[in-house]
Parts: sequence; structure tokens; C-alpha cells
Amino acid sequence: MNKTLLIFRHEFLHTIKRKGFIIMTLIVPVLALLAIGVFQLISTIEKPPVVETTTIGYVDEAGGFDQYTTQGNIELVRFDTADDATAALINGDVPEYFVIPPDYVSAGVINRYTLEKEVETPAVITTVIKNFLTSNLLAGKVPPETVYRIEAPLDLVVTRLTETGEVATEQGGFGNVIVPGIFSLLLALSLMLSSTYLVQGLGDEKESRLIEVLLSSVSTRQLLVGKVLGLGAAGLVQVVVWLASGPLLLKLASSTFGGFISTIQLPANFLVLGIVYFILGYLLFAALAAGVGAISPNAREGQQLAMIYTLFAFVPLWFSSLLFIFPNSPIWVVLTIFPVTAPMSAMLRLGVTGIAAWELAVSIAVLVLSIIGVMFLATRAFRIYLLMYGKRPNWGEIIRNLRSG
Amino acid sequence: MLAVEVSHVVKSFADNVAVDDLSFSVAPGEMFGLIGPNGAGKTTTIRMMMDIIRPDSGEVTIFGEKLGEATKNRLGYMPEERGLYKKLTVLESIVYLASLKGMDRRSATEKATALLTQTDMLDSKKKKIEELSKGMGQIIQFIITVIHDPQLVILDEPFAGLDPVNTELLKGMISDLRDQGKAVILSTHQMNQVEELCDRILMINNGRTVLYGDLSEIKARYRGNSVRLDGKGELGEIPGVTARRPRRGYTELILDGETTPQQVLNHLVSRGVVIDRFEVATPSLNEIFLREAGKKS
Repeated sequence: MNKTLLIFRHEFLHTIKRKGFIIMTLIVPVLALLAIGVFQLISTIEKPPVVETTTIGYVDEAGGFDQYTTQGNIELVRFDTADDATAALINGDVPEYFVIPPDYVSAGVINRYTLEKEVETPAVITTVIKNFLTSNLLAGKVPPETVYRIEAPLDLVVTRLTETGEVATEQGGFGNVIVPGIFSLLLALSLMLSSTYLVQGLGDEKESRLIEVLLSSVSTRQLLVGKVLGLGAAGLVQVVVWLASGPLLLKLASSTFGGFISTIQLPANFLVLGIVYFILGYLLFAALAAGVGAISPNAREGQQLAMIYTLFAFVPLWFSSLLFIFPNSPIWVVLTIFPVTAPMSAMLRLGVTGIAAWELAVSIAVLVLSIIGVMFLATRAFRIYLLMYGKRPNWGEIIRNLRSG
Repeated sequence: MLAVEVSHVVKSFADNVAVDDLSFSVAPGEMFGLIGPNGAGKTTTIRMMMDIIRPDSGEVTIFGEKLGEATKNRLGYMPEERGLYKKLTVLESIVYLASLKGMDRRSATEKATALLTQTDMLDSKKKKIEELSKGMGQIIQFIITVIHDPQLVILDEPFAGLDPVNTELLKGMISDLRDQGKAVILSTHQMNQVEELCDRILMINNGRTVLYGDLSEIKARYRGNSVRLDGKGELGEIPGVTARRPRRGYTELILDGETTPQQVLNHLVSRGVVIDRFEVATPSLNEIFLREAGKKS
């Protein structure tokens, strides 16, 4: 058998037998199953909540706010003066009260008093107070249906059309982001873990000098290419396990969660692009790990250096909330094309806005070229730094040596 | 064809010259000692032979050609500091590394079983490497070095850290290699090991050749004009002996340069001295090294 293949086979088997790898591969389906189970358990144990009537005190200094004191299950209790209300609050008769000042209609300010420490007023309280005020202000002036419409929240139904004017098959929304979002988080984690294995493996081989025995049998290129491909294949196994468990889990989940899950959809091309980016991402990170393994004298130092590029893997995820707000910022184009952030950015963007075909083409081309370039440099660096046991070269030396090596 | 030919090889790291214009050759069926103190440049020389690092100038050929994939399969190398994949079993480690030398799995497994039986370690074949003692690990490493029947075997400090039993076991196996017509290079700073095993030597210090050639010839060249004597009876005046130096367990007799050891022996026998030991004092390689290193510096 070809020696590269032998190393590939060894590294592949070595990786998929690692505890960390097995845990990472199985954790996705297991956690999802667990979540479904827990949800089911809670929904069977939990009785529908008993509606509890609470009271809120108010002081009407403006006058005219005496109707509609029942808002849903909250009862509004009127006090004549702020002092009475404060006394009731301290006694525990009411949990809170608010004061409608005489100039409310012109100034629009309401003062709320409570014993609780809060970050902000609970939304339900705000709505109750607002509806109470609106109802009283509009009473008799407009028909009750109009009051009801004003108070009801806006119900916006959005439909995405294609360029030909038909209803698009892919409708967007959060349901569309979930799968790519989770996928890119897992991809980042998986890349981080796996490239750590490679750095660790090379570091160990250097420390134990096993590397010399290996290099007395195979060339540097055979060794590194075999390792990188072995890790890539292990990555592929992982993504296949995840993707294969997906439909099954979704089916199970939709019987449990109902509603929301049914809005989950996979963006167009997601399966194909997901696998392409996963494999390319794996190869790039493995090549980077090989490079870091090449220049670092031992596993520990290698791990520290590896932090630099693994951080990049998470950059798109840190900014993912910004993606929802500014989906068309040029920053995203840069992140999609920059090779180290490309796999994660592309996955996230697929869910949110979609990516132009040229961007995908450039992004994939840059990734492929980077993989080849990094592999080339790693192989060169490897020979130069192989014997620098116990000493890490500085960056200036590395660049100089790569030129002259 | 020569197994190894190194000619005028130079290698320097940053600011020091590790190997300076070194030339030597090793023939098949020869046990060759590469000796010198720690830091003399032995390991660097070996790494250049293995093409792990490249020389700044000079040339290395293995079996008449530059080291390539085919020649790599014909050599076995045991580096000075040893380690294997800790989590793999003994058999897995041997078979994997043998397969990288071009052996197929089946014959690697058969040969590994034979070698493990020979070294009395067959019981450990399913043990993980991390469970082995240091000495056992070293024997496994040796098995890995020779399993593919290499024509050239390079051993860097093979006896370091071995107990006497394993040292003898290893010595026997190394001698077998030579008897099978293989070229063996033994690199060590323990010069007494070399005296016992090697046919020819290259002694280096600070990257330069100190001595190179046939071991017995070198020792003859350094033979002094003294004999070692241990016996009972009054020695009295011995003609041709200029001085006597009492040592632990024997007396060193310094000859005058014209008298041969044979004449001294004849004289002693005629005097009726009971002789337990009488030998021409040849300096050990250690002493020769110290003498030469002192001269150069």
C-alpha cells in the first residue's frame, strides 16, 4: 500500500477512536434526543398554569381614569392619595402602584412604585398599564372595536416572493437560521477539537522522537498529507453522523414541539454547501495545525499557537447577532472570503440572507488555494524546525527560514 | 557496494559547526562504531544519513544512491531517545511501523510474533506501550528497527538505560545482524561497548574526525611499552624494566623501549614467578580518546 495511504489509515483510525471525537460526534444526536425527552417530560408533568389574579394599585391625579380596571387577570385598585398607596404597598396589600400625574395627557409621564429590584418593568405590566390608560382615554370617543384594534399587538404576516412574482419556497425567518446556526457552531467546535488532535499528535511524536523513526521510513510530504487527509476523513464521518441523525430527530421533535419546529427549513443548497465547507474547513484547519505542529517544539507550545487560528473560527459566531441586524454589511463578504472564517460565515449567512454565487465561488476558491499554500509551507517548515526541540523560533526567523529553506 | 558513504559533509546550526568535513564509509557485514563524547556531532551525522536534515555541503549515499523511498525500506534506524504511540499495543505499533517500511500486515505480524518469542516478550504483545517498562520498550524499539530485514541498521546509543540482562540480549541480537551480512552502525559515547563489538570505528570530537579505521589496528598503534603483571613470588631486578607502578590488582611494568614483552615473560618464568596474569597493556578507547582530544585542544 502507498505510504501516504498507510499514514492516512492510521491517523483516521487513531482519531475516530479518541474519546473526545466520539463524544463530539455523538453529543449532537444525544443532546437533541435529551432535549426532546426533557420537553416531553415537562409538558406531561406540568399542568396548565392556574390563572392567578394579581392587583396593581394606582392613584389618579389627572382624573377620569376609573373604567376598565380589570385587564386580563390583573385587577387595578384605585387609591385616593399616593400616601395611601405607599402604605398599602408596605403592608403588602398591593405589590406595586403607579401614579397618573395631573399633567399626564400633556407630558405623558407615569410614575411606577415597587418594592422589587428590576432591570426593567415586566412587559405584561407595561401592557396592562398602557391598555388601561388607552381604554380610559378613548372611552366613548371611538367604537370599542377600534379600541380593541389599537390595543392588540401588530400581527405581521410576511411572504417572500421570487423574482417572477411567485411565492418563494424558502421563506426565511428564524426557522431558517436554526439549522445553519447550530451547524456552524458545531463546525467551529469540531474544527477546534480536531486540529488540536493533530497539533498534539505531532508534538508527541516530536517529543518522543518517534518522528525520526517515521521520517526514516516516509517523506515529510507523505507524513503531513496522510495526517491531514486522515483528519479530514474523520471530520467527514462526523458530519455524516450529524446529518443522518437530523431528519430522524426533526421528525421526533415535530411530534413533541409541534408549531415552531414545522417552520424549520433547510436553506437551499445547504446540504451540498454544508458538506463542501465542512470538508474544506477541516482540511484548512488540519493544514494549519500541521504548520503549527511543524514550528512548535512540543505539544504544549503547539496548543498555544493553535489558539490563534481557532479563535478565528469563532469570530463569525460572536458577530452572528449583528448579522441579523446588518445582513448586507460588506464585513460579511470579507468574512465569507477570508479562508479561516469562511466555513462558519458561509453557513450562518446561508440561513439569514443567502450568498451571491460569485461570493461562494471566490470563497471556495480561496479556501482551496489556502489549503494548498498552507500545506506547502507546512511541509517546508517541518523539515527546518524538526530538530529545534525545546526552542521556539521567533516570527522573523520563521519567515526568513521559509524563504531560504 | 558500500552500505554508506559519507564524503566531506559539513553542517552548522546558527552559530556553531556541528559536523565539520566528515568522511567515512561502511561496508556490508561490518560493525561500525561511531564514537565520541556527548555533543560531538554523532546524532547530527546520523540524521544527515537519514535525510532528516540536509548537510550544508558534502554528500551522503546509501547503497550507492541518494536516500529515497526505496532505500528507506532497506534501512533501520533506532534514534537515541525513544518513544512510541503510548496508546497502541505492542503488536499494533510493530505492525504499523513495519508497514511503513513496505511490509504487508500479514508478514509483519508473523515476523513480529517470531521476534517477540525470541526476546521472550510474546506475553506482552497485547499490552499498551505505556504499560511497558523502559527496558522492554527499548527491546520493542529494536524489533521495530530490524523487523523488515534492513541491509543497513543504524543504532544511536542502543544500550543507554538498559539493565545488564537486556544489554546482553541486545548485544547478541546486534552480533547476529553482522553475521547475517548486514552493515551495522553503532553510535555511542560508551566506548567500552564499541571495543567489544565493532570492527572499525570513527571517533569524532567537536564535529571533526579524531580517529578512523580498523579498531585492532588503532589499538596496536596506541599500544604502549608496558605490560600488566599479576603473580606471586619475588620479582627482583628485571632487565629492561625501567619502572614499576603498583595498581589495583596488578603491577604495571614500564619497558625501556628495546626489550620486548616476550623477553620479560621469559625472564619471569625462568625466575619461577607464578603468573596469574600477564598482558601487553593496550590503552582503552577511552584512554586513546582522552589522549587525542587533549592533543587537539
